[in-house]
Amino acid sequence: MSFLLFANSDPVVLPARRNALLLSGAAIALLAGREALAQGAAAKPEDLQILNTALGAEHEAVAAYQVSAESGLLQKPVLDLAVKFQGHHKQHIDVLAKTIEKLGGKAAGPKAKYEFPVAQLKTQADVLGFAAKLEQGAVSAYLGAVPLFANRDLAKAAASILGDEAMHWAVLRQALGQDPVPAAFVS
Amino acid sequence: MIGAALLVALAVAGDPTRGEQIYARCGACHALETNRTGPRHCGLLGRRAGTVPGFDYSQAMKRSGLTWDEKTLDRFLANPLRAVPGTTMGYAGIEDAQERADLIAYLRSAARCPK
Repeated sequence: MSFLLFANSDPVVLPARRNALLLSGAAIALLAGREALAQGAAAKPEDLQILNTALGAEHEAVAAYQVSAESGLLQKPVLDLAVKFQGHHKQHIDVLAKTIEKLGGKAAGPKAKYEFPVAQLKTQADVLGFAAKLEQGAVSAYLGAVPLFANRDLAKAAASILGDEAMHWAVLRQALGQDPVPAAFVS
Repeated sequence: MIGAALLVALAVAGDPTRGEQIYARCGACHALETNRTGPRHCGLLGRRAGTVPGFDYSQAMKRSGLTWDEKTLDRFLANPLRAVPGTTMGYAGIEDAQERADLIAYLRSAARCPK
């Protein structure tokens, strides 16, 4: 499978500076939440739990992309794409962990071991499909978390991450030859 | 009356094929065969909540006293945090009763866990 199915020019490499600005937006939103909390709005334990569950899923996503990258099944530029998306998840981890700690919680670390269906990954398409399912699930998970936050700044930051996960999912679907945006809404 | 009852039953009858599509929403945290951020789902129906070996459940889930069947799953999936306050599943829930029925039908179809 060629990752270049969907574009004549390299579709995966965004300027690094632009990426940094986008992630800064998420970080600023989270820190804005902290400022609001510092001014008197109590950090609800439920918010911390939701953040920590998201953090756990982000750790798992990083591990999944590591398995994908080390599978030997991904060819450039798809390999670069996987590493890039893994980098996004690492940035999510950094922001989520710092936010949890600033809110007085303890950030969950990665598990010692993850179980992935590596025996079923035999081709590049298998790996892309595996990653696409994770990203689809991440979109749904953040969508299900956003309305639960008592702090609206945290909801905003989670929505920012949701958007990033949705872009990952769409790009992976396109790489698989699927409709990248199959519906007007995600669920 | 019987006809009305039948219509109600049909309205919430689950389709496992549609349920499999809905299950994709769970894919960031769950899998059928392995524990991930959330516990594995094979063999879910009939199992006591909080008892999958090797998974680190919240105290709330371990103490919930629930056994997973259509009724308890429907209530949990509609609003996890209301059904089990303190659960680590920070998810608003599935509002649509048909979608919940489809998802439960799919989970019922995944009864066996690998050895």
